[in-house]
Amino acid sequence: MERISKDDVKHVAELAELEFGEKDIEKITSQLDRILDHVANVSSVNTEGIPPTSHILDIKNVFREDMAEKSVTQESALKNAPDEANDGFKVPKID
Amino acid sequence: MEIHYLTAHQLKDRLEKRQISCAEIVESIHLRIEEVDDRLNSYIRLEKESALSRAGKVDKLIGAGSDIEDFMGIPIAIKDNICTKNITTTCASRILENYIPIYNATVIDRLESQNYILTGKANMDEFAMGSSNENSYFGTVKNPWDTDRVPGGSSGGPAACVAAGEAVCSLGSDTGGSIRQPASLCGVVGFKPTYGMVSRYGLVAFASSLDQIGPLTRDVEDCAAMLNIICGHDRKDSTSINVEVPDYKSFLKADIKDMRIGVPKELMVEGIDREVKEAVCRIIKLVEDMGGIVEEISLPSLEYALSVYYIIAPSEASSNLSRFDGVRYGYRDVEARTLREMYRRTRAEGFGDEVKRRIMIGTYCLSAGYYDAYYEKAQRVRTLVINDFKKAFEKFDVLISPTSPTTAFKIGEKMEDPLTMYLSDICTIPVNLAGLPAISIPAGLSGSKLPIGLQIIGNVLREDNVLKVAYSLEKAIGFTGRPGL
Repeated sequence: MERISKDDVKHVAELAELEFGEKDIEKITSQLDRILDHVANVSSVNTEGIPPTSHILDIKNVFREDMAEKSVTQESALKNAPDEANDGFKVPKID
Repeated sequence: MEIHYLTAHQLKDRLEKRQISCAEIVESIHLRIEEVDDRLNSYIRLEKESALSRAGKVDKLIGAGSDIEDFMGIPIAIKDNICTKNITTTCASRILENYIPIYNATVIDRLESQNYILTGKANMDEFAMGSSNENSYFGTVKNPWDTDRVPGGSSGGPAACVAAGEAVCSLGSDTGGSIRQPASLCGVVGFKPTYGMVSRYGLVAFASSLDQIGPLTRDVEDCAAMLNIICGHDRKDSTSINVEVPDYKSFLKADIKDMRIGVPKELMVEGIDREVKEAVCRIIKLVEDMGGIVEEISLPSLEYALSVYYIIAPSEASSNLSRFDGVRYGYRDVEARTLREMYRRTRAEGFGDEVKRRIMIGTYCLSAGYYDAYYEKAQRVRTLVINDFKKAFEKFDVLISPTSPTTAFKIGEKMEDPLTMYLSDICTIPVNLAGLPAISIPAGLSGSKLPIGLQIIGNVLREDNVLKVAYSLEKAIGFTGRPGL
């Protein structure tokens, strides 16, 4: 059974902000199809009344006091920036 | 024995007796790296100069009568997904090729306080995704026992460099077996602690609910000593557990009399090499001879563990890796004229095939219409896996299994077929889903002189039992093999 089509793959690539050439789409579609077909066997498991796992221990939300602390400087935060201007990250125009 | 093959505790002993200087230790490791790393490619980046200057500092401290900590002056390799301040941390990816962290991971700060010596940043599968170290932007790592074969992954570099004497020990990360499986294939010890025992602060996230940092060492004693350093609560990681940290070295007792040891039959069936199975059976016999009680047990939900993992891990990865967009750090396609074009081209050019594949699987499993059927369903089945382990640990102190179904396979052998590659982690993955502590120790060599690993799994926070059994079996097995490099 085909679980994922070429068009699905193109749509998912768009959601993931990735792009593939036509030839690669073909290959990745068949690979994803095989992987999804394998992992889909979870659907046969009866999980009625079984909650999803969030943390392996019984840890819920962890809170702390909201106190101002020293953090990184603007200069060091920008140290790895591919492009910067006016103390900020510079990006191409938003379309 | 050559200096580069001594363990950290042997070196500490010699440093204490003033039989060796830290500079000599570092120089012998550097010589070894020069001798073998062209053939192995264990390192992405070496830190030779800084290592020598740190060694000088350590020798001065020792000369001045300073106490010698367990890892003081010990050359240690760090997997390249653990942030080291002012030293590139690439995750073996083009997208982070020039990334220089402005902070240390918590585990690095802890090692710094011991005055450890950083040998360099160890090679790995890109973003820790892989079981063979063939997915590195900086080239495949070779297995020191046979350079036509893979070292395992994703911590292939950290395992190979410890096996080959290019570092005394190393830190890796384990999301589905990434410490234990390469440790098994390279004939060293690898430990994944209970989820939450080691801070993930500064570990570049792959799958946040599964990732855990741990040591790769040449014996169980060094492993326990390293756990003493890296385990403990960290407020910078909200998933870190706030419990008292025991002295892990106190569990190094060679005595397993009356300990109850379970063998999950789901981890001993199809796809396991005959020689691997035989090695585990020999050890079962050994355990019984030592007074341990061995019984087979069934954990039926393990049948679905691989599927659960390959839904949850890629889903979390697709979310975690969305931060690599060419804006704040890392590679950027500078030709793109608009923001979205820049995102897409940066990610298409910056990520390798396996990383893209997993982002795609994850994005699909989380997308509208599929979330319930894949991601949420997998998290429910994960609860069943956890419940099966809970039940097993009512009866047993530890569970044992092969670490990897096979010994090291040939480079290129599984690259065309992702699903077959994924099966390499069939024995290690369930452990991450349940957050359990587990170790791989060398169990012997195959007929073609390739290491076989034994996995010992403990209940949550029961590192004590794991270490006790590992230490006892290590003594009983007496593995002393070294790769013939």
